[in-house]
Amino acid sequence: MTGQSNGASGAGPSHRSVEIGVALLTLVFSLIVIGGSLQVGIDWAFDGPRAGFFPFYLGLLILMSSLVNLFQIIMDGKTQRLFAEWGQLGQVLRVVVPSTVYVVLVPYIGIYAASILLIAVFMKWLGRYGWTLVLAVSIGTIVITFIVFEKWFLVPLPKGPIEELLGL
Amino acid sequence: MEEISNLFQGFATVLQPFNIMVMIVGIVLGVIIGVLPGLGGANGVAILLPLTFSMSPTSAIIMLSCIYWGALFGGAITSILFNIPGEPWSVATTFDGHPMAQQGKAGEALTAAFTSSFVGALFAVIMITLVAPLVAAFALRFGPAEKFGVYFLAFCSFVGMSKEPPFKTVAAMMIGFALAAVGLDQMTGQLRLTFGFTPLLTGFDFLIAVIGLFGIGEILLTMEEGLQFKGRSAVINPTVVFQTWKELPRYWVTSLRSCVIGCWMGVTPAGATPASFMSYGIAKRMSKRGNNFGNGEIEGVIAPETAAHAAGTSALLPMLALGVPGSPTAAVLLGGLLIWGLQPGPTLFIDNKDFVWGLIASMYLGNIVGLLIVLTCVPIFAAILRIPFSIIAPIILVYCAIGAYSVHNSNFDVVMMMVFGVLGYFLKKCNYPLAPLVLAIVLGDRAEESFRQSLLASQGSLSIFWSNWLVGTIMALGLIALFWSAIQTTWTRLRAMVTA
Repeated sequence: MTGQSNGASGAGPSHRSVEIGVALLTLVFSLIVIGGSLQVGIDWAFDGPRAGFFPFYLGLLILMSSLVNLFQIIMDGKTQRLFAEWGQLGQVLRVVVPSTVYVVLVPYIGIYAASILLIAVFMKWLGRYGWTLVLAVSIGTIVITFIVFEKWFLVPLPKGPIEELLGL
Repeated sequence: MEEISNLFQGFATVLQPFNIMVMIVGIVLGVIIGVLPGLGGANGVAILLPLTFSMSPTSAIIMLSCIYWGALFGGAITSILFNIPGEPWSVATTFDGHPMAQQGKAGEALTAAFTSSFVGALFAVIMITLVAPLVAAFALRFGPAEKFGVYFLAFCSFVGMSKEPPFKTVAAMMIGFALAAVGLDQMTGQLRLTFGFTPLLTGFDFLIAVIGLFGIGEILLTMEEGLQFKGRSAVINPTVVFQTWKELPRYWVTSLRSCVIGCWMGVTPAGATPASFMSYGIAKRMSKRGNNFGNGEIEGVIAPETAAHAAGTSALLPMLALGVPGSPTAAVLLGGLLIWGLQPGPTLFIDNKDFVWGLIASMYLGNIVGLLIVLTCVPIFAAILRIPFSIIAPIILVYCAIGAYSVHNSNFDVVMMMVFGVLGYFLKKCNYPLAPLVLAIVLGDRAEESFRQSLLASQGSLSIFWSNWLVGTIMALGLIALFWSAIQTTWTRLRAMVTA
């Protein structure tokens, strides 16, 4: 992470290798689907097709199209296109990492506290804003959200120890 | 005649103060969603769906469909002022809309875009009013085989008409069907594909997939592109509006043609995005000033906007009449119907008349209200886009998480949303279409049910799908749609051979 380097390096993973990865992923997925269908039975019982009947053929179709896709990428050796530059992928990771942490935190500290953290981290880390603005936006957003969801539309959201302390 | 009295009853429902308020809130939220990158019609509606759980179904659908109209309007604002299409269907609007803004004619461009959107939507709503009851009445005769035929046709059209490679479309679509199959099998009551993992018992909810694939995925893409928003300021005053309105009737041919293209592409699941491109392309070829397209020609704004709105609106026709949504957003609305306890499809026109006609009436009013709101509030909406992405992005993320959580009050869903988000980023970058994937998750169970019911009736013979002229025709149309691009290439080659 070297600051705001927006991928000036010009290097990165090739589009081809990522395509192959995605095709392999769908291939593995198809095998899981086929395996799961075989587990519950793909033939006919006395009362009609068993539970695995339909998904089994879906799995076969995914398997077939994955193989075709894979074949087409491997045959097409000309494209030297980049998937994205490393700097760009870094930018993407700067969203993925905090969001993943956020998603993991929600069950423990509640969605409100986690959201304040997420917005604050984002603004501080990516936007480099002053603390006043960071706190105003993060807490303000969450207070408005609380009023709209819990009070107006009566949608309960997960809460944690902090809300309990505040008696909300 | 009966339809007209039903429609008036619908207007009476919509004109209740609460419903009008809901409509205005919906449109404002929708325009905001349309303006913000990373939030689109489909996932915007999906995120806000939980807000409607405590409303009556009619108010709920009014709010959600108005969010959709708002999003359609909002896409044009960013395209013209910022050269950033807020929605994929407004890409074609940037071609001439932004040059107009650069020449200081932003007001004209926006007025033309909004008015054309309105015209396109109105055309489509009138078509829905006239055609939907007929289609629904006809579809009441459908048995399981015919129902499966309609699903087959819808999904084959995706393969044949999308610009993505056909096998990627098939892969994406079948993954959607497989995800829908996870969990309890409705016909045998057996668990499948859960591999003993408890949170999978209820299967994958398509709302989570929509929020992840379109919401989170889109934010990741925006981050990668490192968007810098540099916009033109917009002033719309009544003089500009009326001057542009005086000029618009001159382009009625383009407008009408775009309406027809839009309605056709909307009813078939091709959708608003290809409709706008096709309409722009044809307008460029047919127009006397076609050479000047791309340099700020007002006709180049009218054509794509009219078609996109006509398509976006008419996508609701198959959703209402057949239970087959024509676009991802229509699919989310259909999911809403299921959550509110309504059975989508032809019986809706008999069992839930107030609901259907309330929705149709709200389409008329919603578009008028929408036009007024966007014409008067453009500067405010444009200001939203000036908020830096590092503030907007986490707020969108938080709302995606809240939306995902509140569908089933499940933390696991929030995790799944993130997984779908990362997946969506890779799939989109690798040209796998996401719309058929989402549609397949929505329709998976219903398609499987009609398939298995048909097979039960025929003792497992596939010949049931050719057993009478009706299902035979639908299946044949499906096969034609499936091989459409192959048929087209062969046809052009044959013609070339004959003329050579």
